[in-house]
Amino acid sequence: MKNFKFFLYCGIHHNVPKEGSAFYSKTEENGNTVISLSGNISLFTIEEILLSLREILKEEQPKKITIDLSKVEYLDTSGALLLVRVEEEAKHSGFTLEYINMDQKIKAMMGLIDRDVLMTPQTATEKRGPGFIERVGEETVSLIKNIREVVSFGGELIYETLYSFFHIKKIRWGDVILYMKKVGVDGLPIIGLISFLLGLILAFMSSLQLKQFGANIYVPSLLSIAMVRELGPIMTAILVTGRSGSAFAAEIGTMKVNEEIDALITMGFNPVRFLAIPKVFATVIVMPFLTLFSDISAFLGGMLIGVAILDLTIYTYIQQTIKAIDVFNILISLFKSMVLAILIAGIGCQRGFTVTGGAQGVGNATTSAVVAGLFLIIIVDSIFAIVLNYI
Amino acid sequence: MARVIIEVVGLTAGFGDDIILRDLNFKVYEGEIFVIVGGSGCGKSTLLKHLIGLHEVKSGRILLFGKDITTAREEELMRLKQEMGVLFQTSALFGSMTLYENIALPLQEFTTLSQDTIDMLVKIKLAMVGLEGYENHFPNELSGGMKKRAGIARAMALDPSILFLDEPSAGLDPVTSAELDGLIKKINRGTGTTMVIVTHELESIFSISDRIIMLDKSKKGIIAEGRPKELKMYSPDPKVLNFFNRGAISEASRKGYKG
Ligand SMILES: Nc1ncnc2c1ncn2[C@@H]1O[C@H](COP(=O)(O)OP(=O)(O)O)[C@@H](O)[C@H]1O
Ligand SMILES: [Mg+2]
Repeated sequence: MKNFKFFLYCGIHHNVPKEGSAFYSKTEENGNTVISLSGNISLFTIEEILLSLREILKEEQPKKITIDLSKVEYLDTSGALLLVRVEEEAKHSGFTLEYINMDQKIKAMMGLIDRDVLMTPQTATEKRGPGFIERVGEETVSLIKNIREVVSFGGELIYETLYSFFHIKKIRWGDVILYMKKVGVDGLPIIGLISFLLGLILAFMSSLQLKQFGANIYVPSLLSIAMVRELGPIMTAILVTGRSGSAFAAEIGTMKVNEEIDALITMGFNPVRFLAIPKVFATVIVMPFLTLFSDISAFLGGMLIGVAILDLTIYTYIQQTIKAIDVFNILISLFKSMVLAILIAGIGCQRGFTVTGGAQGVGNATTSAVVAGLFLIIIVDSIFAIVLNYI
Repeated sequence: MARVIIEVVGLTAGFGDDIILRDLNFKVYEGEIFVIVGGSGCGKSTLLKHLIGLHEVKSGRILLFGKDITTAREEELMRLKQEMGVLFQTSALFGSMTLYENIALPLQEFTTLSQDTIDMLVKIKLAMVGLEGYENHFPNELSGGMKKRAGIARAMALDPSILFLDEPSAGLDPVTSAELDGLIKKINRGTGTTMVIVTHELESIFSISDRIIMLDKSKKGIIAEGRPKELKMYSPDPKVLNFFNRGAISEASRKGYKG
């Protein structure tokens, strides 16, 4: 007669009784094994119990197993699952299994387990991860779909813009003003600060070089040309993308998730006209002003350096600046900023409308609005640079 | 025989490659309360959204007042939309607007009523659903049940001739739920509004519905159609019997209908 005894300790799991589960096994001569389980049969011990049980099965190949449950102190649903599982395994591999001394509580617990569910194979939730070529294909298809959506939204936006020009009264002017405040007024501090610092740094860095040639006097013109031609519109556009493009995507995306867009459509509103047009109009209206504001802030930053470090007078600094820039450049810069405004606001709204799923979808749309916005800014700026070169 | 308001012919609906509902056929008659029941995830909301023209059908036709909305032109659709009021499952109130603005919006946009009249109408609609005095509250200041009721008020803003309600009483306490049923019935009897309602609540089904269809997820279609009292007694389908006798048959309910 063999006799083994395992003690399994389940360690420091706080919400279960701390004693380990004990597991006895006793073999009798006529191929009949009696196992007595005691202690805790829970989430933290079933794996080990199952392993030892299988070991016994392998080593002794009993015809009949009797499991005595009289000493079980604690059993949770996973413990019940263990008992059910052993029972089902017995059914399939042809030995007899009997539980003895099963009390009412254990029986009730086992009743909770749906045996049919246990036996049906797992529904295929995870597909095989796609291979490299498949992934490239998938990405390409989604990119093309993406571009098609953007273009089709662009078309719709243009149509609705034209429509709005002919139906000025139908524009939601209240919303336009609200968004002018959100995009414009609320954006002033950060745009002012960043541009001021940019002007300061640019003036300082360029003065380090120009000083060597005694050409300090060119700092104002260098700074003003750089700002008006390139940096003013771009810095403003980048900041507006980060502040407002993302906000548009998040706002519309949330409305999409909450079925508010569906509600608008069924009420007979055109969602693009209702939601996107006010945002785009507001952005286009305020963007040139923001750009001018950015130019002026940088000018002030440069002037601070010029006066404090480069011994230029305020008068000289202003005079040099005015000499360097002309009205044409300023107009081009403002025009560029309006084009950028349409793209930033448009892509923000478009990303919002394409949201699927829940909060995560809104997050993705926000990120994507910023990334796509920055990408468009670079593209448009390059196009402007090339075209202006030939004018 | 009452006039047919909605006629669905061979409707197959789904998203992408997934078919959710296959080959549905049913009619909704003028002035009746037509209830769609079925387990969660079986496509009730999907069906509702197809009926109001939000999703493109895979195949089949949906006739509203005899007009096929799957092929109707923009202007025709617009006219049909003004005839429908919809309460979405998530209420879908506009989060950036107060309750007043939510309800006044369609009135301001699609009518030429004076501001005074609109104010009065909003007040009346809110009072109808028991939300008097909440004009200046934002949706996120309301409980789920109050949002549902506000959603109903908004759906009724333009006095539509069909009301679509997606689970109006889900998440309400039994008393409020019963009151809401009373309200739905009152609106229906009072105005003759045709109603298409999705609901789980047995009590609601028996107290308000004239006719029901029951959808089933595995069959992707209708497994029962008729009057709830008759279905409860005579349906040959055990799933249907279980649904209507929920609680009464304990053994059957273990294996049967999972809602
Ligand atoms: N926009 C969607 N895109 C893809 N699948 C969807 C969409 N909406 C619903 N589904 C799927 O359609 C099925 C039915 O959903 P739904 O109609 O919401 O069920 P319910 O009967 O609970 O209202 C679900 O399996 C759901 O995953
Ligand atoms: Mg639903």
